[in-house]
Amino acid sequence: MSKRVGVEVSIALGDAVKMVNPDVIAAYPITPQTHIVEHLAELVAQGELDAEYVPVESEHSAMSACLGSAAAGARTFTATAGQGLELMHEVLYVASGMRLPIVMAVVNRALSAPLSVWGDHSDAMAVRDTGWIQIFTENGQEVVDQTICAFKIAEHHDVLFPVMVHLDGFHLSHVIEPIEMPDEKKVCEYLPANTNPFTLHPSKPIAMGDFAPPVVFTEAKWAQEKAMLGVKKVINEIWDEFAVKFGRTYKPVECYKCEGVKNVLVTMGSYSETAMTAVDNLREKGEDIGLIRIRLWRPFPFEELRAVLKGVENVIVLDRSISPGASGTVASEIKSAMYTEKEKPTVKSYIGGLGGRDITVEGFEDLIKDGISDRNEYNGIEFQMVGVRE
Amino acid sequence: MAKAEHELTWKDIEIGAVVTEPGNAAIYKTGDWRSQKPDYDFKRCIKCGVCYIFCPEACIHQNKAGFFEADFYYCKGCGICAYECPTRVITMREETEK
Ligand code: SF4
Ligand code: SF4
Repeated sequence: MSKRVGVEVSIALGDAVKMVNPDVIAAYPITPQTHIVEHLAELVAQGELDAEYVPVESEHSAMSACLGSAAAGARTFTATAGQGLELMHEVLYVASGMRLPIVMAVVNRALSAPLSVWGDHSDAMAVRDTGWIQIFTENGQEVVDQTICAFKIAEHHDVLFPVMVHLDGFHLSHVIEPIEMPDEKKVCEYLPANTNPFTLHPSKPIAMGDFAPPVVFTEAKWAQEKAMLGVKKVINEIWDEFAVKFGRTYKPVECYKCEGVKNVLVTMGSYSETAMTAVDNLREKGEDIGLIRIRLWRPFPFEELRAVLKGVENVIVLDRSISPGASGTVASEIKSAMYTEKEKPTVKSYIGGLGGRDITVEGFEDLIKDGISDRNEYNGIEFQMVGVRE
Repeated sequence: MAKAEHELTWKDIEIGAVVTEPGNAAIYKTGDWRSQKPDYDFKRCIKCGVCYIFCPEACIHQNKAGFFEADFYYCKGCGICAYECPTRVITMREETEK
């Protein structure tokens, strides 16, 4: 077994990318993603990583360069955050529509205005409909593992979709954690070469990203969606294979102490670890509460969620972003997932942790207690803002 | 092309909707976008080929007599040829309903 070392998560992410031996990295630095791309640029400059590092002039260009590189069959990586992800926005649809297996680390950051470099999930939610696979991570180890898995998922012939690996800005990206770096040889065995069936090559000319008139656009989109519907099966297989090889298990929806409980808290990302401690504390005091963490955000794990929510009466959801004029995005997704069920739980939407605001263990305990009480059950509000000063 | 566009089902769409058949843009009829049509008075034509160079659709060819004419399968009726022609050979006329 490999040794655990204390390392900044961004650096570990860069080292994980080095292990998968990418051909092209095209990126633009933006807080809080900078350490990742600086580290990769250094590795390339020092000759430790034999890849083409393209220092582009914007995120729009970064993603565009990634399109070209992935279209040529190169293993392609980029990373961004917040506003950078937004500047890429239109190109993101092109990457998924063209089915290009690009891997991107998204260091989640709030969106301006007011300007914030700190973390929340506004950026991730704003791109949820771009056709990318979106995976959330909770700690440094998961960041490393999921970065490696992301390439295997993206490049699998039954997938061929770009993948975002989400990690929370600062709360994850800038902390030093004990991380077990996988053995490079084992990573090589786990991740075969990228063999995209359609690449730009003179021996077999094809045209990519062509226009589709109304007579075929619907068919093209349905073909894309059909492929997306098959993605989850492959992701599960890839994660199972990872568990066998590296000993760490991942699931689209993960449960913590939620067997037989009537109340669950749902979280996504690094705050889940704090939430876990809060659940531990409350369980010790005899409260009925479990925790559900959503790892796979797109494609959304409807079946898995319905399965773990069987018998649950009360779902308390923490969203780290707000859909203005509506509610928490994760909460509304869960509501829509449960709408068709005979036994529907109540779903209570809480929004907090915006723009890097901490939610402490006590904060989660208060949130859970509030969610368990029926104080806010039918009072006609769509969501509650956590920790806001009135 | 194996199937006409309107016969393609989603299963016929390649991964990423890539086009595997080179040159199939030639099938696409852009002529039916036209609302105006170039009409020629070749008496004034000096066969300079300016219209040929400027046509954004590259659909102008030289006929047997050496005059430059549009291929109406592709001509979009933009009128650039008429605008550029130094001797006013070309008049744009309303396309009549077919
Ligand atoms: S009208 Fe436009 S498209 Fe048609 S021949 Fe003239 S320049 Fe070409
Ligand atoms: S530009 Fe006018 S004169 Fe010149 S070839 Fe065309 S039609 Fe004839």
